[in-house]
Amino acid sequence: MTDDKDVLRDVWFGRIPTCFTLYQDEITEREAEPYYLLLPRISYLTLVTDKVKKHFQKVMRQEEVSEIWFEYEGTPLKWHYPIGLLFDLHASNTALPWSITVHFKNFPEKDLLHCHSKDVIEAHFMACIKEADALKHKSQVINEMQKKDHKQLWMGLQNDKFEQFWAINRKLMEYPPEDNGFRYIPFRIYQATTERPFIQKLFRPIASGGQLHTLGDLLKDVCPSAITPKGGDCWFLMHCTHCSVFPQNLSLR
Amino acid sequence: MAMPSSLLWAVDIFGRVYTLSTVGQYWELCKDTQLEFKRVSAVKQCCWGIACDHQVYTYVFSGDVPIRYQEETYENQRWNPVGGFCEKLLPSDRWQWSDVSGLKHQQLDSFTLPSPHWEWESDWYVDENIGGEPTEKGGWTYAIDFPSTYTKDKRWNSCVRRRRWIRYRRYKSRDVWAKIVSQDEPDQLPDPFNDISIGGWEITDEPLGRLSVWAVSLQGRVWYRENVCHHNPEGSTWSLVTTPGEVVQISCGPYDLLWATLWEGQAIVREGIDRNNPQGISWSIVESPSSENGIMHVSVGVDVVWCVTKDRKVWFRRGVNSHNPCGTSWIEMVGEMMMVTVGLNNQVWGIGCDDRAIYFRQGVTPSELSGKTWKAIVSGRESDRSQTGSSTSLLSAGCFFTDDIQNQTSAVIQGDADPSSDTELPTSPASTALLGAAAAGDGPASQADTSARLPVDPLHAEQGEATAASARNDKDNLDMNKPPGNPNPSAELQWINIDLKEAQKHPVLSVSSFADTSSLSSLGAFSVGAEDQYGADEHPLWAWVSGGGCLVDLHSPLKWFSAPSGLSSSVQSLSLSITPAQTAAWRKQIFQQLSERTKRELENFRHYEQAIEQSVWVKTGALQWWRNWKPHKWMDVRVALEQFTGSDGMRDSILFIYYMYHEEKKYIHVFLNEVTIIVEVLNEAKHSFALYTPERTKQRWPIRLAAATEQEMHDWLSLLNMSCCESRRIQGPPSHHAIWSVTCKGDIFVSEPSPELEAGPQQMPCDQMFWRQVGGHLRLIESNSRGVVWGIGHDHTAWLYTGGYGGGFIQGLASSADNIYTQSDVKCVYIYENQRWNPVTGYSSRGLPTDRYMWSDASGLQECTKTNTKPPSPQWSWVSDWYIDFSAAGGTDREGWQYAADFPASYHGHKTMKDFVRRRRWARKCKIVTNGPWLEVPPVTLWDISIIPSSDADDEEAVALWAISDKGDVLCRLGVTQQNPAGTSWLHVGTDQPFISISIGAFYQVWAIARDGSAFYRGSVSPNKPAGDCWYHIPSPQKQKLKQVSVGRTSVFVLDKNGNLWYRQGITPSYPQGSAWDHVSNNIRKMSVGPLDQVWVIADKVQGSHSLSCGTVCHRTGVQPLEPKGLSWDYGIGGGWEHITVRGNATEASRGAVPDTTEENPAASKEGEDEESKGKTEHSKTPLMVSESQELDRNSVNC
Repeated sequence: MTDDKDVLRDVWFGRIPTCFTLYQDEITEREAEPYYLLLPRISYLTLVTDKVKKHFQKVMRQEEVSEIWFEYEGTPLKWHYPIGLLFDLHASNTALPWSITVHFKNFPEKDLLHCHSKDVIEAHFMACIKEADALKHKSQVINEMQKKDHKQLWMGLQNDKFEQFWAINRKLMEYPPEDNGFRYIPFRIYQATTERPFIQKLFRPIASGGQLHTLGDLLKDVCPSAITPKGGDCWFLMHCTHCSVFPQNLSLR
Repeated sequence: MAMPSSLLWAVDIFGRVYTLSTVGQYWELCKDTQLEFKRVSAVKQCCWGIACDHQVYTYVFSGDVPIRYQEETYENQRWNPVGGFCEKLLPSDRWQWSDVSGLKHQQLDSFTLPSPHWEWESDWYVDENIGGEPTEKGGWTYAIDFPSTYTKDKRWNSCVRRRRWIRYRRYKSRDVWAKIVSQDEPDQLPDPFNDISIGGWEITDEPLGRLSVWAVSLQGRVWYRENVCHHNPEGSTWSLVTTPGEVVQISCGPYDLLWATLWEGQAIVREGIDRNNPQGISWSIVESPSSENGIMHVSVGVDVVWCVTKDRKVWFRRGVNSHNPCGTSWIEMVGEMMMVTVGLNNQVWGIGCDDRAIYFRQGVTPSELSGKTWKAIVSGRESDRSQTGSSTSLLSAGCFFTDDIQNQTSAVIQGDADPSSDTELPTSPASTALLGAAAAGDGPASQADTSARLPVDPLHAEQGEATAASARNDKDNLDMNKPPGNPNPSAELQWINIDLKEAQKHPVLSVSSFADTSSLSSLGAFSVGAEDQYGADEHPLWAWVSGGGCLVDLHSPLKWFSAPSGLSSSVQSLSLSITPAQTAAWRKQIFQQLSERTKRELENFRHYEQAIEQSVWVKTGALQWWRNWKPHKWMDVRVALEQFTGSDGMRDSILFIYYMYHEEKKYIHVFLNEVTIIVEVLNEAKHSFALYTPERTKQRWPIRLAAATEQEMHDWLSLLNMSCCESRRIQGPPSHHAIWSVTCKGDIFVSEPSPELEAGPQQMPCDQMFWRQVGGHLRLIESNSRGVVWGIGHDHTAWLYTGGYGGGFIQGLASSADNIYTQSDVKCVYIYENQRWNPVTGYSSRGLPTDRYMWSDASGLQECTKTNTKPPSPQWSWVSDWYIDFSAAGGTDREGWQYAADFPASYHGHKTMKDFVRRRRWARKCKIVTNGPWLEVPPVTLWDISIIPSSDADDEEAVALWAISDKGDVLCRLGVTQQNPAGTSWLHVGTDQPFISISIGAFYQVWAIARDGSAFYRGSVSPNKPAGDCWYHIPSPQKQKLKQVSVGRTSVFVLDKNGNLWYRQGITPSYPQGSAWDHVSNNIRKMSVGPLDQVWVIADKVQGSHSLSCGTVCHRTGVQPLEPKGLSWDYGIGGGWEHITVRGNATEASRGAVPDTTEENPAASKEGEDEESKGKTEHSKTPLMVSESQELDRNSVNC
């Protein structure tokens, strides 16, 4: 029998084979070899690319190096989106490995947020968790946690420690049995358009009539256009499982 | 599955009795609707009430276990030379039929049923058992003369003989209101009753269901019902308890708290209630909180008192405890109530005076006894859901005053000419009651009148009565020939003539003000006239509520506070509509899609580097370590757990313990894949745990570590457990074959048996078994190979295993999510008060200098006072005060003392000339609340249990499960299958005495042990005849009283009270009772014989290389079909173990050649099975030891 844990484990250990190449205009002292890496889907680009950075910096002059950023087929990749989201959103039809171009110059200020240290990622990550819990439990669970629990969540993600992460995240995913679900389902529907990058709404797991909502209901409600055959462009980020990619036929329980 | 539930009882203003379950959403009409009630007072097992005929009734819940009482009498005979033994006795002899003492003449036909509520179970028969031994046919026992000691053998000098006749009677009036018939002389009968309160079951610790039943008569007198207990639910007689004034209302708590209200508005408090004197000794008076408004109503719990004054204000009494039952002062609470009731756990309910709704006091906790807010219970009535506005029932507003009127009522029932009674049959009693009410108002003349006089509500009526009573007492010249409750003119005011048909439209009319006529006016000022909008289908109007049997558990939310609407019920049904199977299918689908994705995205790229390196992960911390060298003590250490991820993705871990030895840094390390168990160690002061490996099990010397806080310890335990399970690749729930064990601390461990465990000569040593913990707290567990697992707590609650894993401190991924529930257990901590006799002062707490502490543990070696004794561990909290334990082995006197010649010695329950010391045992209850994969199986509490160890049966087939209730009844569970392991109900199997142990073998061989230490075999048990037909008495091994039996496939083993293990020889299919007992081993505490006839025990005094352990798991080696007794012992985990069951393990290894000898574990070989310990070995501090088990140990091996 399949266990919840098996699903969670597979979601957690989702990997995208990636080929990093240095942007052609970057000035190097010698030729930069492409760098191949398996990226965890649930993590953030700037969190897992220390190796990439080190690899390319070796061939560059110190003064040429400023903040690193990534681009795929001309689109700057937002580091604050989970890697899996970026891939599914922009490159789901591409052949593997996923080819990402690495830049060290001309930071696209209007498209990307700066990420000078991992503290920034941590702050963003914790903000997402808190926002989701506000919707799920009126922030009760996250607020009752100790500082070290917050730290463990983050360290779990940072060090790819499934058990460490889920030992804490489990608490965020529980609800009292009499509640029949979370207060609201935290979700965002991302679109590959720049004018409205994502849609977010309050959405209860149970309809006023008492039925359980399905993801289909959610889509119908939030983003009717996505129901059209073209709907494959939508990418679901469930903050409730934090940063997990789910197939579309998911019921919201 | 049925969750444990309890009931809130209430009476609406029409006298109908309803119950509301703690797991329910609707008020359900009491099953027996023949009567209307004024008052009810409930406890868990029954409810007492005063009906509108002012008679007292008791409603005893039906259950699977019958209420039965054994009558006995003795037939005595004397030998004479002419006729041998004959009925002719000497003139100086006893009666030919007498009681056991011979002083009372008791012929068989002199026994009659005590009331119409009883029936005989069978005819008289002869008891053929004397002190655990079977007698000759006929049951005669012989002696030289009366009175003397009797033996089962006839000797040359046996001049007299006697035999015991027994007959059972059974209480039959269950689930109905049984009228309490008084056997007293008519003129001594109490006048009609006005109020009743029951409680006091905690005054004694006996499980016999003794109850204190207190009642108040209309004349304001207080009566106590004598001898109410489990097997006498009606009690025997009423006795008058004098009071300082006229009492109007009374309330009795579960313990010794008893308050009553006086007519003048004060409260009186009973003092001196205890086990020997449940009626108490004297009254103290407590003044009302306000001088203008007296107390109208009072209700008490364990140590709380609530009252309502005549202005309907609610008050809470501060400072009430068992030393000061009067408390110190009143605090006014928010809200206005008609009455309040305090239930179990000191929870409080009240009836609002404006809306007549029942309110529950929220937030009542041990630390905040007065609670926080009132919350209305909005549950509807079950009947409202189907009922389409039947208003006839509204007319049932019966209130009767006397027996006379009740007779009239019955006359009406016979006549049945009432116009309303043909409109709706089910409510005809109500209609007749209405007529009765009419009669009450107008007297006999108006009996046939169709105009009814509605008492607007029972409280008014009572008040009227009370007024009547008072008025009568005030004026002596009042005509006493009138029926006592006949309404006088002032009470008459509340009766209104209304037309019957009108009444159907306007059930309640305004009442004329009663305020001027009575000092109790505030009580009656509720004006129902303003409540026209409340029809029967609106919310019910309540008159009385009793929470005395209602246990509100803080952990399971109540469904009383949200209106049961279509919406919520549809939610319920919808959420139920997603079946586990659907969820599983859906989960599987997702899993498959994820797997496909992984395959698609990763298949060709597995050689890529990982973005995040899986480095070594380390948890470090500061703990304390019980150091290896002498003197042993706790020392501070640094601890690090290093986890490596192997190339296969699996983890392994090493635990390092860094310590200083003579200012030199050193460390020890443990590979977690070698750890066999991590177990919390009972310790009042330290949060400590022990790690065993096979080597350390042999040594009986685990690594012991202690953390600063419980949380820190649980973090470590959780992590270490997970690491151990990971390194052994163990996850998910235990298999059906799992071996379960329980420590003396109540912790539950489970081990997956490898096929080599029972593999003859190549048998795996049992110190290599890996045990993992499962949440929960139990005293014993029994299982079988089909996954049916039951447990029993220290408080005798029965628990069913849900199939989950984890729980307790094991959280997160090592625990299953769905089937973990809150579990609690209660046990006692005992201390001893020791005294020595001296010629001057008699017994005093001044001992000899060489004596033990005057307050000590059982051994006398540890000082244990009431104040310094703590619960067993920080997880436990006290739930009672210290009380004297009268159930100590050996018996006690009336004050609980046990006497002996000197310390330490064997104690007896009465003082003799030779006794110079005495002791008494004090007990205090403590409670643990934890969680685990267990669900309660209410309501019968159990002592022992056994499940048939079947191995190959289909899923649907019934699983035989036998149990012993904590009262000693033998029970057979019906409807147990693999799909429904809880079964459906208990079938009671009659016995002539209480039983203590039971076991069923693979071929339905049921063996049991009675409390007198004798063994019984149950004949003809089969799937078609689950309870069998009769008991066969099996003589015990010589002079031994048995205490446990276990039946495997064919083997039968018993254990006696001196720790000897015996094997039953000569059992064949045609002679299943066998022929003789064969001694196997001594020093055994508990045993389990499995479906392969494998024998496992918990043994005392197992000598390891470093230490001695008591309570050790041992496995009998060399057990073969031709050698069922086996050869020797192999020693496993321990000490500190209490219970093991191997009855699930039917995994048979392919057996090789028959072994000649079985190797004995060299480390444990010092303690051979026949070798008596010399008591010289160091009895050092062994883990998990508590004083109880140490005492047990001492008793069993006499060291």
